[in-house]
Amino acid sequence: MSALTGGFTSPAPQAARAFRLALMALSRPGRIETVSGATGPAPLSAAAATLLLVLADRDTPIFLGAGHDGTDVREWIAFHIGAPLVPPEAAMLAVGTWPDLPLSRFPIGLPDYPDRSATLIVESPAISAEGPRLTGPGIAGEARLSLPEVNAFRANRMLYPQGLDFFFTAGDRLAALPRSTQVESA
Amino acid sequence: MYVAVKGGERAIDAAHAWLAEERRGDPAIPELSVAQIRSQLTLAVNRVMTEGALYDPDLAALAIKQARGDLIEAIFLLRAYRTTLPRLGTSQPLETAKMQVSRRISATFKDLPGGQVLGPTFDYTHRLLDFALMAEGEMPAAPTAPVRDDPVPHVMGLLDRDGLIEPAPEGGTPADLTRAPLEFPADRALRLQSIARGDEGFLLGLAYSTQRGYGRTHAFVGELRIGTVAVEMEIPELGFAVEIGEIEVSECETVNQFKGSKTEPPQFTRGYGLVFGQNERKALSVSLVDRALRWQELGEDFVGAPAQDEEFVLSHCDNVQATGFLEHIKLPHYVDFQAELELIRRLRREALQEAAE
Amino acid sequence: MSLLTDRRALMGLLARAAPDRLAALAGPLPEAIELRPAQTGTVMVQGRIGGTGAAFKMGEMVVTRCSVQVAGIAGHAHVQGRDKAHARTAAVLDAMWQADPARIAALLAPLAAEETARRQTRAAKAAATRVEFFTLVRGEDQ
Repeated sequence: MSALTGGFTSPAPQAARAFRLALMALSRPGRIETVSGATGPAPLSAAAATLLLVLADRDTPIFLGAGHDGTDVREWIAFHIGAPLVPPEAAMLAVGTWPDLPLSRFPIGLPDYPDRSATLIVESPAISAEGPRLTGPGIAGEARLSLPEVNAFRANRMLYPQGLDFFFTAGDRLAALPRSTQVESA
Repeated sequence: MYVAVKGGERAIDAAHAWLAEERRGDPAIPELSVAQIRSQLTLAVNRVMTEGALYDPDLAALAIKQARGDLIEAIFLLRAYRTTLPRLGTSQPLETAKMQVSRRISATFKDLPGGQVLGPTFDYTHRLLDFALMAEGEMPAAPTAPVRDDPVPHVMGLLDRDGLIEPAPEGGTPADLTRAPLEFPADRALRLQSIARGDEGFLLGLAYSTQRGYGRTHAFVGELRIGTVAVEMEIPELGFAVEIGEIEVSECETVNQFKGSKTEPPQFTRGYGLVFGQNERKALSVSLVDRALRWQELGEDFVGAPAQDEEFVLSHCDNVQATGFLEHIKLPHYVDFQAELELIRRLRREALQEAAE
Repeated sequence: MSLLTDRRALMGLLARAAPDRLAALAGPLPEAIELRPAQTGTVMVQGRIGGTGAAFKMGEMVVTRCSVQVAGIAGHAHVQGRDKAHARTAAVLDAMWQADPARIAALLAPLAAEETARRQTRAAKAAATRVEFFTLVRGEDQ
């Protein structure tokens, strides 16, 4: 494993397929997808590495949580993406474990431009369809997802249409929670 | 009310087929190759690259062929193609002082280091149609002379040494209008990006208007240089900058009168233009318009001239935007017009009724 | 700049080369693993206000890049234009140069010579259009 390996071998179809799956996860909150294509250096999961390649380019400032911020990951991002690494306040995308992501410091967008907000990739020990109850757009009835907590997501929902969007990654699995989803304790 | 607009498909297909046939023209005449356009209609190629804001002579030549010589259509094609490409990086700022010049003139200093080099210019031609070009034939080779390796410094540096001209501005990372929407007020870097890709005719008209008194700035060409420069880019995986290619550019700097202000002593000021290819009319126009747009920064009066009005200039100089909006009015507006028609009928009915009462 | 000692000189020469000529000179290439397959994109070219001042974005140029690994050595290329084979060849030659600079420098020497000759020709034509002023002395000044 080096900084120069682990990118897409066939960028166009692999990126299109992974992007489609990420979109499915985001538009169907709670749905778990399996993605592949990229392999990043530890501790980056395959799903997070693939998401980075799909969502980021050199115009996407990225924040790395403390556990992910090492030479290997930095060099991998420099070669495969070329994105600048920035503090949370300037980030459009962030990767890290839940405790490593300082939620209050990320941009939540402006009333006129709610899209100028950050998307957080939360590296998780595991993802399963159990736990807090999700309702809202894209969910038929209700869904369940193993979230690290409830209050942070309830507070985020209150900011709508501003706010943060989340991906959760574990191994090659990912799920997503957009700002439009209501979260309640199980 | 809903008006169904369907049924044009067959007609559109037939129109495209006829367009292709008309583009080819008389099959008895040899077809024009992209390489021929690239090497023989170079100045058209340069204009398409500059206003398409994408340097690639092959693609610009292809666009000209596809557009049947309609340069704005060709620019549109190039811009559309550009949107399909990922951005791989940003170059180091070009070092135009290191340009290999094919043309370099100054209208302000006769004797300058590096000399006056005319290059392949139309300037001293008699503008008489050359009927010899109607026949194909061999060209005599252009004469050559021994190359002198003396440096070709920027003329402005000479004035700068004496403090007679404002220094070139310093600044940080410039904005990029291809990445963030244009907002006003725009700084000078953003204005230069915008007018560099602006329509040549529009900018020529604006530049001319400043010469005729609409926001007069008394411009002299301090220096005009055309030639090739290396493009270098920092490569993250290497950790150093390498040359990724070589492009031809035209650079123009104007020297303008300035009486001085509360904070500045009397000195000359500058206008600047840098565009792709040999394209000096455009480079000159850009420098004059650049200077006119600087009235606020230099503490000059706004006299209401179009060339001083940044929102007017930047919002209307892009010919792809302009032609898109202009030409869309020929597309179906059946519903809008139906509403107008009913409104007029109602107003007339009411007016007649009132007259009757 | 020497092709033998300066990797920047090598990469610049490869980037500017005409793809056909480079392919003909390079001949058959060794096996290479593609670390980042050839990809065409743009590079935003920057100028400087007033030629020497603050940077501004001028417009983009079309560039193709490629990264490969030859016998364990990574080779990189960014070349002008859309030719993917050109970028791949340049990346392979960059890797080979790192293993054996003398061999690749010799291989590419004709390319460098041709480029120098082309530049010289242009410079000589430009020199012929250089104005040599001579001032006529006017009567009243005497």
